[in-house]
Amino acid sequence: MKISVIITLKKDVLDPQGKVIHQTLDGMGFNDINEVRQGKYFEININENDSKKAKDKVEEMCKKLLANLVIENYKIIDAQ
Amino acid sequence: MKSSVITFPGSNCDRDMDVALKKFGFKNKMVWHNDAELPKSDLVVLPGGFSYGDYLRCGSMASKSKIMKSVINFANSGGMVMGICNGFQILVETGLVPGVLLRNKYLEFICKNVYVKINNKQNTYFNNINNEVLKFHIAHNEGNYFCTKDQLKEIEDNEQIAINYCDKNGKTDEQFNPNGSIKNIAGIFNKEKNILGMMPHPERMIDPSLSGEDGSLFFNNLINNLK
Repeated sequence: MKISVIITLKKDVLDPQGKVIHQTLDGMGFNDINEVRQGKYFEININENDSKKAKDKVEEMCKKLLANLVIENYKIIDAQ
Repeated sequence: MKSSVITFPGSNCDRDMDVALKKFGFKNKMVWHNDAELPKSDLVVLPGGFSYGDYLRCGSMASKSKIMKSVINFANSGGMVMGICNGFQILVETGLVPGVLLRNKYLEFICKNVYVKINNKQNTYFNNINNEVLKFHIAHNEGNYFCTKDQLKEIEDNEQIAINYCDKNGKTDEQFNPNGSIKNIAGIFNKEKNILGMMPHPERMIDPSLSGEDGSLFFNNLINNLK
């Protein structure tokens, strides 16, 4: 089954890339933006039909590799 | 004194480090990332570069490579491990030193000479160096040192800050901070001070005809301290 993961920067962590994207959008005429934060998205196709077990495994992947918990949060969601 | 330099796919300062270590008397061995065993070493160096193309996060893939299990064991048993630039990024990803290295504040790749002030000399790396300020070279895109408030307090309480960016007189003002690092931090130790991670490259400062000689000072001092 497919599991999706969204990685976002924690609230207090500076996101210079998000800032530049914000400024660029602003320059393009999108003037009503308060903030842009950039993150990462993963789709993991895992050989496991039990949704809970699959999510547990993906959570372990998040903790060990996909996210750096000093600066990032992860959110696991069903893809299909 | 025996040293080992680990080469990861994408390392590009490994041979410079080999030249530097040999110049100052180390018997150096190059070790491939996929090896399981670390040769007998007095010093292990994780060199600069772009291991695994900086995929996911700088240093994250390299920190999980086969040789790193031996490096982590070596470090945890008190062995001297030094990570330069990408090597520092690998060290933070293993958790051997606290914090992370974020994208530079102004989103520029920075390549220039900088001054760093030695913050703590009570360790094998900087003990007996007379200078307070060293001129090193930096070349990085992700050198913006960050850690949580709790981690910062712990780092400061344990005197783990090794070097700070400064001007040539040792002034560590924000204006001499090239990349946005917290407290101008350019390098830190683990609690026990046997592990050093730093963004500047001492191996690029070992020949007066090419650059400066503060790297020579550093390596000469290091090998003498290890003897």
